[in-house]
Amino acid sequence: MRSVWLIARRELVATLRSPLGFIVTALVLAIVGLLFNLRALGGGEKYSADVLAQFFYDLSGFVIVASILVSMRLIAEERQNGTIVLLLTSPVRDHQIVLGKFLGALGFMALLILITIYMPLLVMVHGKISWGHVFAGYLGNLLLASGALAVGTFGSSLARSQIVAVFVSAFLVAAMVMMWLMGRVADAPLDDIFANLALHNIHFSPFRAGKVHLRDIAYYLSVTGFFLFAATRMLEARRWR
Amino acid sequence: MIVANELVKDYGELRAVDEVSFEIRQGECVGLLGLNGAGKTTLLRILSCLLTPTSGSVSVYGADVIRESEAVRGKIGFLPEEPPLYGEMTVGKYLEFAARLRGVPRTDVGGRVQDAARRCRVTEVIDQRIETLSYGYKKRVGIAQAVVHRPPLLILDEPIAGLDPAQIVDMRDLVRGFRGEHTVVLSSHILTEISQTCDRILVMQKGRVVASGSEEELSVGQGKGRRVSVRVRGKKEQVEDALKGVEGVKSWELSETNGTIRALITSEKDRRAEISRVLVRAGLDLIEIARPEGELESVFLKLTGDGRKEP
Repeated sequence: MRSVWLIARRELVATLRSPLGFIVTALVLAIVGLLFNLRALGGGEKYSADVLAQFFYDLSGFVIVASILVSMRLIAEERQNGTIVLLLTSPVRDHQIVLGKFLGALGFMALLILITIYMPLLVMVHGKISWGHVFAGYLGNLLLASGALAVGTFGSSLARSQIVAVFVSAFLVAAMVMMWLMGRVADAPLDDIFANLALHNIHFSPFRAGKVHLRDIAYYLSVTGFFLFAATRMLEARRWR
Repeated sequence: MIVANELVKDYGELRAVDEVSFEIRQGECVGLLGLNGAGKTTLLRILSCLLTPTSGSVSVYGADVIRESEAVRGKIGFLPEEPPLYGEMTVGKYLEFAARLRGVPRTDVGGRVQDAARRCRVTEVIDQRIETLSYGYKKRVGIAQAVVHRPPLLILDEPIAGLDPAQIVDMRDLVRGFRGEHTVVLSSHILTEISQTCDRILVMQKGRVVASGSEEELSVGQGKGRRVSVRVRGKKEQVEDALKGVEGVKSWELSETNGTIRALITSEKDRRAEISRVLVRAGLDLIEIARPEGELESVFLKLTGDGRKEP
């Protein structure tokens, strides 16, 4: 486990120092801030809970995009620069490398998400919100980030080029988000299966409304586990080529 | 001790390593010599667990590279041709990261980093970001990361590639310094580098080890016998008379340049001591006695001759 934290810490520091980290943070904060201003202040009086739910919904879209961008470099950049050799020739298991990289990126996303806390606090100053709702909204966004990052980690393990990695990850994430549409047009029992596989719609909605269901947590953890496992297998397979 | 048995590595249809077997003893410095594409890097990558062989086996200090890969990786330090460096880190932080990754206890990390930095002569840039260093320094930092955890086996892939002449001399000294303490396996296509640094040479061609031994042993194996080049001041007849009296000397060629006589002498065994003794006793001024220039080159070209004719 020490190796995992070591790799995660290096990854987090590298992302925080990278231009990509700055740009993603700045863009997400600027756009989410503007949207929040627009939603909270525009269009007459609103319930605080509704403003908060809308804020978490808006944030979730940017969390998905940011996760894809942050994860594209995780393994692809190491392969591009040849630094993966350091990790692969050290007495560290492949799943520890993948987990360390993922946790570093998740740490960055957690910081990015938490920086937006001032927005719910502004709602609290001018209205009445439940801390449970705030907790649920942030937990949902963090789990969504975890799922999208895992997909991105897998995409990053497929390609040497970060550009290719980001396209592969974006395609996979878009396909998983769009599953809810498939659920609407498919016949039973496929409609339920597709709807429940969707990355965002069914499983994220309860969180934005302040509800935490175990099945939604289990879904995001399963997506994370599945794609991290796939990324590990890809890394292992490279030793055979 | 490293033991490879009938090692094969295929990349699709291409056989990069073809039934290679060898043994490397503790403390030995072995050089893999071969033209580009001979399979040197693939072999080193198998030894360092970066690649899994298609068939055959390799054990490093008793641990199998496939079944006990993690244990093997704990015993090696690897420098690929391009050092695996994180440009945004300082040299010190990077070496600390590499040491901890290889399982060096936290309490020992500081000392190990200082020691590796001193040995690889990067102490003066230890607080500098790696991306700001020259290529020569980057190579040295690459070697420092390979030795920071004091592995018994050091694997260096083309350690002098891309270095200028001064840096090559520096690197040669550095690698020589590791002999004895570490078992060293290095690859190069630069003959002089291998002959000056290594105790033993494995010559590779088309994925096979076509010859193994010291420079002298390789020469003998190629029917050249042991050859020595001598330069003396005197007369040709005197040289010939003197050489006739040395037991084991098979043949010699004499040539005269700038008032000196150059003799290229072939013998069954190493007769340098006797040769120099008889020449001096014969009243000749012995100016130089050395291995003939280009000896290894000619042996190497003979061993890999087929490879050079390939398109």
